[in-house]
Amino acid sequence: MIAITAPLIGLFLVLRRLAMIGDTLAHVSIAGVALGFLINVYPVAVGLAFAIVASFAIEALRRTYRSYAELSIAIIMSGGIALASLLFTMGKSFNLSVTSYLFGSIYTLDYTDIYVIAGVTVVVLAMVLVHKKELFLLTFDEDAAAVSGLPVKYFNIMLSILTALVISAAIKIVGALLVSALLTIPAACSLALSRSFKQAVVYVVVIGEAAVLAGLWIAGIGNLAPGGTIVLLLIGVLAVSVATSRLIRS
Amino acid sequence: MIGTASLPETGCHQEIVRLDGVSFSYDAQPILQDVSFRIMERDFVGLIGSNGAGKTTLLRMIVGLTRPQHGNVTLFGTPAEKFKEWNLIGYVPQRSHFNPLFPATVREVVLSGLYGRKKMFRRMSKSDIGRCEDALGAMKIADLGNKRIGALSGGQQQRVFLARALINNPKLLILDEPLTGIDLETQTNFFQMVKHMHQRHNITFLMVSHDMDMVRSYLGEEPKERVGKLSFYVRHSHDLEDCRGTDLLHSLRKEG
Repeated sequence: MIAITAPLIGLFLVLRRLAMIGDTLAHVSIAGVALGFLINVYPVAVGLAFAIVASFAIEALRRTYRSYAELSIAIIMSGGIALASLLFTMGKSFNLSVTSYLFGSIYTLDYTDIYVIAGVTVVVLAMVLVHKKELFLLTFDEDAAAVSGLPVKYFNIMLSILTALVISAAIKIVGALLVSALLTIPAACSLALSRSFKQAVVYVVVIGEAAVLAGLWIAGIGNLAPGGTIVLLLIGVLAVSVATSRLIRS
Repeated sequence: MIGTASLPETGCHQEIVRLDGVSFSYDAQPILQDVSFRIMERDFVGLIGSNGAGKTTLLRMIVGLTRPQHGNVTLFGTPAEKFKEWNLIGYVPQRSHFNPLFPATVREVVLSGLYGRKKMFRRMSKSDIGRCEDALGAMKIADLGNKRIGALSGGQQQRVFLARALINNPKLLILDEPLTGIDLETQTNFFQMVKHMHQRHNITFLMVSHDMDMVRSYLGEEPKERVGKLSFYVRHSHDLEDCRGTDLLHSLRKEG
């Protein structure tokens, strides 16, 4: 399920030159997860709260300091991990839980996690399907979208929140360190192959889902880390996509 | 049609845009100071100025992307902040603004000209798709419909953005530096097309440029008004017998 929503949101992020945001929000979200462990609140929820705050901060920075947005993002990212390391070492249940959040562990999902992931999937898919035209215009040409009378501010906020939701939910499966890959690599494959926006959306979802399913299966058989397997598989698909697009072009 | 009762009119011409004492500074550096100007129906206004003179800032204020720090912008008789009928305005932004790697076909880009508040929760209807084909035909790019926008030449891309701006049958068309970055022959063709639209159809133009030559030949040597570093050149058109609106795209297609 995350295999559909993460690549889909990732497509919009990559096209808006926000590819780094996945990493940043994941690092900040981890700090939230750590806090959640400390104060005994459902970690994914605290992680989500942190991610949402960070996504607003990033959006505000993107608009105010267009040239220095990258720098601010880098600083927020490091801050997140630094805070996370402090909070994790303050708590008692250090090793096992941390690893599962950093690298993902589909085997330790409990029912709450599954409901959260399902809920996020429904919300994201609903938003994207209902507003696919507007999101297209917003991503392609934000000025033209504003001039057409679309409430650009609200759409930007909506995208930020959806991104935070997807990342927080995906952290449990692929891990915070690799979430960004699930957002960006399917998008990269899709951009290499697609000849229209409609195709781009289809490719991104198909590639994401295929890679996750295949990756989990291989990881299950070979007893490998699921997150790492999925991402390496995605990189393989990217290599093939780029090669194919070169072949088509010549 | 526009239903506001208080439209200032002169004969069959209404006031399309009014700027009253518009000022804008960026970081304490004044860019626009006390700019006042009126654009009437069927005017062709060339806004000329060197880079940094404030042309783009002024344009952004007219299309609602920025607010003036002082002064008012009035569109079709309504203050810009309250203006809602954005389908009356077609906007062709500067070409440097879009990402050529974006996977969008020409058809998808032109169709997106119809997306707006009114269509937010609705699907594109058959007549919408039909209008898209009309727009492609009118701009003579019907054969490019399925190509990726990044694969087109500069002049072709310009036509795509123009088709997108025209698909709503706007009464005001705003072009931001449309002649920049394309070769001379394409510039001439493009300007011919725009001149033709101005002369034969009920549409008002505002074109921003830093290039004098092509504009001056149509708009005259002397600007109607000079404000700071900006010059407003105006040419009015009366060539239609009556001032009733016609469907621009259908007429352009018929004219072939």
